[in-house]
Amino acid sequence: MRSKWHWMLLLLVAGVLALAGCGGNDDDEGTAGGTTAADTSGGDEGASGGTLVFAGASDPVSLDPALVSDGESIRPITQIFETLVALEPGGTDLVPGLAESWEISEDAKAITFTLRDGVNFHDGTPFNAEAVCFNFDRWYNFTGPAQSASASYYWQAVFGGYATNSAENEGLGDSLFASCEATDETTAVINLTKPSASALGALALQAFAMASPKALEEFKADEGTLDEETGFKPTGTFGTQNPVGTGPFKLESWDIGNKLTLVRNDDYWGEKAKLDTLIIRPIGDNAARLQALQTGEIQGYDLVEPQDVPTIEGDSELQILERPAFNVAYVTINHKVKPFDQLEVRQAVAYGLDRQAVVDNFYGGRGEVAKEFMPPSLPGYADDVTEYPYDPEKAKSLLQEAGLTLPVEVEFWYPTDVSRPYMPDPKRNFEAFAASLNKSGFKVIPKSAPWNPDYLGRVDTGKAGALNLIGWTGDYADADNFIGVFFQTQKPQWGFDNPELFSALDAAEVEPDVDARNALYEDVNRQIMEFLPGVPYAHSKPALAFTANVKGFQPSPTTNESFASVSIEE
Amino acid sequence: MLRFVVRRLLLLVPILLGLSILVFGWIRALPGGPAEALLGERATAASIAQIEKQYGLDKPIYVQYGSYLKTVATGDLGSSIRTRQPVVEEIKRRFPATVELAFAAGLFSIIFGIPLGFFAAKRYGGFLDHASLVGSLLGISIPVFFLGIVLKYIFSVKLGLLPTVGRISVLIDVETPTNFYILDSIIALNGEALWDVLKHLLLPAIALGSIPLAIIARITRAAVLDVQNEDYVRTARAKGVSPGIVDRRHVLRNALLPITTIIGLQVGLLLSGAVLTETVFAFPGMGTLLVDAIDNRDFPVLQGGILFLAVIFVFVNLLVDLSYAVINPRIRLS
Repeated sequence: MRSKWHWMLLLLVAGVLALAGCGGNDDDEGTAGGTTAADTSGGDEGASGGTLVFAGASDPVSLDPALVSDGESIRPITQIFETLVALEPGGTDLVPGLAESWEISEDAKAITFTLRDGVNFHDGTPFNAEAVCFNFDRWYNFTGPAQSASASYYWQAVFGGYATNSAENEGLGDSLFASCEATDETTAVINLTKPSASALGALALQAFAMASPKALEEFKADEGTLDEETGFKPTGTFGTQNPVGTGPFKLESWDIGNKLTLVRNDDYWGEKAKLDTLIIRPIGDNAARLQALQTGEIQGYDLVEPQDVPTIEGDSELQILERPAFNVAYVTINHKVKPFDQLEVRQAVAYGLDRQAVVDNFYGGRGEVAKEFMPPSLPGYADDVTEYPYDPEKAKSLLQEAGLTLPVEVEFWYPTDVSRPYMPDPKRNFEAFAASLNKSGFKVIPKSAPWNPDYLGRVDTGKAGALNLIGWTGDYADADNFIGVFFQTQKPQWGFDNPELFSALDAAEVEPDVDARNALYEDVNRQIMEFLPGVPYAHSKPALAFTANVKGFQPSPTTNESFASVSIEE
Repeated sequence: MLRFVVRRLLLLVPILLGLSILVFGWIRALPGGPAEALLGERATAASIAQIEKQYGLDKPIYVQYGSYLKTVATGDLGSSIRTRQPVVEEIKRRFPATVELAFAAGLFSIIFGIPLGFFAAKRYGGFLDHASLVGSLLGISIPVFFLGIVLKYIFSVKLGLLPTVGRISVLIDVETPTNFYILDSIIALNGEALWDVLKHLLLPAIALGSIPLAIIARITRAAVLDVQNEDYVRTARAKGVSPGIVDRRHVLRNALLPITTIIGLQVGLLLSGAVLTETVFAFPGMGTLLVDAIDNRDFPVLQGGILFLAVIFVFVNLLVDLSYAVINPRIRLS
């Protein structure tokens, strides 16, 4: 027994020595510091373009564009895949992507795409009209778990149903998609079951990116086993190790939890990527992302917290880039709750909300007061809507005009345990609004619930008082994706029935002429701010941080930025 | 001894059964489900119902539990709702990271904790004693995540000595067949990788090891003080045995029993502390896996991950109990 104990002691001592040895090296050599620095400069070794390490908040879900809707997946997908139509870098205007041009038919029920010639997928197979139709047919014929809203969310949002809706999806109804015809090598026609002009803009979404038909089949993108108890298990590797598109980068490897490595596609049809390698790694903690940027372990990260902005701006080695606003925070007014069915009362709410103060104080300098329910960068935004600047006296007199005795009690809900891009600090937004409403003839009764699912569920079903805080981040660059989502049909959240507004939105959605369509949406925006279903209050501009030597990153309102133009300067 | 082991292993069954019920119930008591977590503002009543139906979440909870038990019994822990990957695969990838971290932290706390406590006791009432008391109080009171951020600020941001995130530099490529990166880099005979892995491990290990270190130091101090005044120690001294031998053979040896118990108990602390530490250091282990799973309400990952950790915890405790007999032959396991 005694000798055993001696062995243990010996082991311990050995351990101490080993650890002490490590510590000693750290202090003496100073090479450890060299390694962290090398993380930055390491990219400059070898070929010209270098390596950029970028941090997201978590791993992608999958690299199969059709089966994801989250930002972490869409980031690498944007580098690997391309869409038929694209958005101009940093904006929301449609520009040619894999299609050189397109035409919407007179009746808005067919879109004809003329495809770029001489484009190849990473696996060498040609991109042509047949490939386009292969992809559309794949999405349309999704079955089983691929039909889940957690997978093909965007197909459902844009095209509704599938060829055969699964039992869970009966509510989706008929698909907007009718068929795809490859009339010749470079012409593909998408036929729709009913007129739609918004479908075209939606095709810029990464969910509708073109994947190599050969790779989809070879790597069994749609195969898997479905077990009632354990859910769906994909057996293919398309979404994990073999995503094949036409984009400026190719996937080299994805080591889940550690890093996703993309390398330049040297056979790219357009201007080739400047970087040799782009590495995307998951860092969930905000403070950890910032510290990793400060040490040079990463050269950029997304989702900068408002409170970290001054630190980054104060560091000459770092830079902040800002995305144009593509979201809206608003106060829902539930018209079912009396007396909020009266216009004067809703106007009183709008005059009673000190929106400027909220934006100035709680958005870290990255917000602007919202005049309407969609961001200014979108076509269809009207500059001349009715505005309601903070005016407590006017609010009070409006309430009195409506024949009410002051103060008017109002149940006002806000979410807890959450920070949204458009609403970084709901509680403080609420407190500021409650104070300003209390000065404007209202008596606010505060109510709160945890964001998920209580709060969202309540707002959705109209059970979150007369007023509540909520918002929306756009999916694609179309007015329909904002005001169409909110106001095109009767919804419990708002509790109003306004056929005039509904039909105006229907008309705008199907207008094929771009200018006429934008004019229609501008009119609808004027109409909405007159009718005042609720009060929009803020658009925020999400920020990204980079080291100062990173050039050429073009922030986009829709967050799907290409890294092809990015370079690292000495 | 064999009977003891068998009995303890048999006891595992009811323990795990009870635990699985607790975990299952607790997770479903969390507000929100996977559908809402995945879809956020976009969730509609229809899409929520559809996702719940797809994963059987619309069935009564006892039916869900029954089918869960059935699959777990076959060693299948289901698939992640978010990534659609088998939970077993996720655990295989993540658990070695946590083991490496917990082991490094445990080693750190033992190597520094026992000598610290021992010398504090030897200098009872002196400066070292007071310093170690204050130090261990701080060690216990400072939250792991705060200590982690401070350590990173000093050693990485200010001094540029150590990395702040991950297990290995993203610029180093090494095959990882075992997912124990230390082992993998040794297998690959890659010195650069090994050095890099150790550097990535150092700060998280210190942060995670700080509380066990403080506890071990305090218990060691108390135990040594206790034993030091025993008759047999006085006798040994009176006999003229050299002080070094008295300390090693009589004092430390006998003080080791309570210390071992405490070290065993630290395993739970190391595993739970790993959750916070891993988050701060973006260390891809079980902790970050579970935190992500909570955020996404990824029920299969949460259930599988927690159950797995519980099994490990129970086994480690068994090993600790067995080690008593080795350290102190007077203890008979029965």
